Amino acid sequence: MNWPAVTVIYRQEMARFRRTILQSFVSPVLSTSLYFVVFGTAIGSRIPTIEGNSYGAFIVPGLIMLSVMTQSLSNASFAIYFPKFVGSVYEVLSAPVGVAEIVLGYVGAAATKSLFIGVVILGTAALFVDLTIAHPGAMLAFLVLTCVAFALMGFIIGLWAGNFEQLQLIPLLIVTPLIFLGGAFYSISMLPPFWQGVSLFNPVVWLISGFRWSFFGAADVPVAASLVAIALFLAVCLGVIAWIFRTGWRLRA
Amino acid sequence: MTAIVDIRDLQKTYASGHLALSGITLAIAEGEILALLGPNGAGKTTLISTICGLVRPTSGRVTVGGHDIVTDWRAARRMIGLVPQEIALEPFESVAKTVAMSRGLFGLRRDDAAIEQVLTSLTLWDKRDAQIKELSGGMKRRVLIAKALAHEPRVLFLDEPTAGVDVELRRGMWDVVADLKSRGTTIILTTHYIEEAEAIADRIGVIDKGRLQLVEGKSALMARMGRKELRIALRAPLAAVPDQLLGRVTLADGGLTLVYGYDTRADRTGITTLLADLATEGIVLRDLSTRQSSLEEIFLSLLAAGQESAA
Ligand SMILES: Nc1ncnc2c1ncn2[C@@H]1O[C@H](COP(=O)(O)OP(=O)(O)OP(=O)(O)O)[C@@H](O)[C@H]1O
Ligand SMILES: [Mg+2]
Repeated sequence: MNWPAVTVIYRQEMARFRRTILQSFVSPVLSTSLYFVVFGTAIGSRIPTIEGNSYGAFIVPGLIMLSVMTQSLSNASFAIYFPKFVGSVYEVLSAPVGVAEIVLGYVGAAATKSLFIGVVILGTAALFVDLTIAHPGAMLAFLVLTCVAFALMGFIIGLWAGNFEQLQLIPLLIVTPLIFLGGAFYSISMLPPFWQGVSLFNPVVWLISGFRWSFFGAADVPVAASLVAIALFLAVCLGVIAWIFRTGWRLRA
Repeated sequence: MTAIVDIRDLQKTYASGHLALSGITLAIAEGEILALLGPNGAGKTTLISTICGLVRPTSGRVTVGGHDIVTDWRAARRMIGLVPQEIALEPFESVAKTVAMSRGLFGLRRDDAAIEQVLTSLTLWDKRDAQIKELSGGMKRRVLIAKALAHEPRVLFLDEPTAGVDVELRRGMWDVVADLKSRGTTIILTTHYIEEAEAIADRIGVIDKGRLQLVEGKSALMARMGRKELRIALRAPLAAVPDQLLGRVTLADGGLTLVYGYDTRADRTGITTLLADLATEGIVLRDLSTRQSSLEEIFLSLLAAGQESAA
């Protein structure tokens, strides 16, 4: 294991983050505040409590998940796509650096950034609604695992993408709809039975449900199933990345 | 000779089906400087990229310092520094940070003194805090070299290191290369400038169409490449070469030009004698010009000669 390499990759990515720290901080705070003003206060005041919580509090976990998932995707996909685009990836590919170091460095940094954003949103939300977190340890674990899982997925997208449009394509066309339909702003139990069944095929449902359970102690699907879903997600992403580096697909001619 | 880089029957066919390297076998001795020459698309970059791990070989075997580049890639790559042909740098990084990053990627601990030394040797120390995007093209190329040297490689690959670099800087780079050689670094470089190969290389290899056409000591090759032509334009056309000049010159342009070939490296070029002989023959000159065969012409003649001897 080449630890100095992991360190320099991680530091380089975090430096990129620091250069735009204001933007990284302001935009989640602003968008979260907007969501609370619109959904929590304006619309939410006309919505009855869901599972004993005000609508404003109910959407907090979903809101955090929405941001963390999209941020992880875009951070990690950009982190590897950009060096490919400017050509500087040659150095990583010709250095004594294996897939483990590359993933730890790039994905680790991308996950750290979105974790930071998730915590900022949580802090902003606490200003608007009363929040009690039933299982803080589990909450943190779900948050970290989701950051890592989506950063891994973003990394794959960045490896695959051949241009900037493709970089946006999968997040825009597939992941964002899955997140919105994954119960970020509603409980699956509010859907008609047929759509409840369909929703279970959406992996994001399992992630959001588990995260929401860590806040309120109630979930759409069993918590154990949520954990299995995350583990599966991680395993698939790691498998795909290992395959990409073994075959050199889109990296080595 | 113990080869630090040993290439055996290396073959590369790109996914497009293009055969870019066809059976390259080459041993490079520790401490030598090898210049690879060859026309555009010959396969020089492909060869270097394969050894450095950027291109996967189709078949064949390469070892660096005895380490196989495929099965023992970590140990092999730790010994190698690469300066790519294209300038490929993160635009927003600072010079010092990007060079320090290279050191870390190759598994070495942070060492500010070593980075300062590398930057100073490439006259980049004043620019250490500048962002890459603020640098000129020649400076960026030096940053690439600094990155390749940051982990003190034993084998350095330079893919056209002086393309787009001004004359003064080019000489500066030659000094850097000479300095590295004096410290025992093995250097493989590609170039399109014959003077460059002449100035720094110990051996010269010529690649064409994915084949290594020849590898030869510099002096021997330069003697063959150093031919020059004197063209003498005449006031009145000659019907035939005068007896006294027979075998020394040929006629061209319908008798209006005399062509004299000579070796710039020889002690005597024979030009003085030739001009004196022309005067005694009463031949009136209109103009004189000399031209040196271009690298492409030299390639062509070398390659043609190679094909003849193969036939
Ligand atoms: N990724 C690739 N896919 C397909 N063909 C390639 C690829 N890279 C290079 N080639 C082809 O392989 C051949 C050798 O290219 P290479 O870059 O090695 O040449 P070169 O000798 O470095 O030329 P130059 O002097 O122009 O740099 C060329 O015909 C080129 O078109
Ligand atoms: Mg080239």
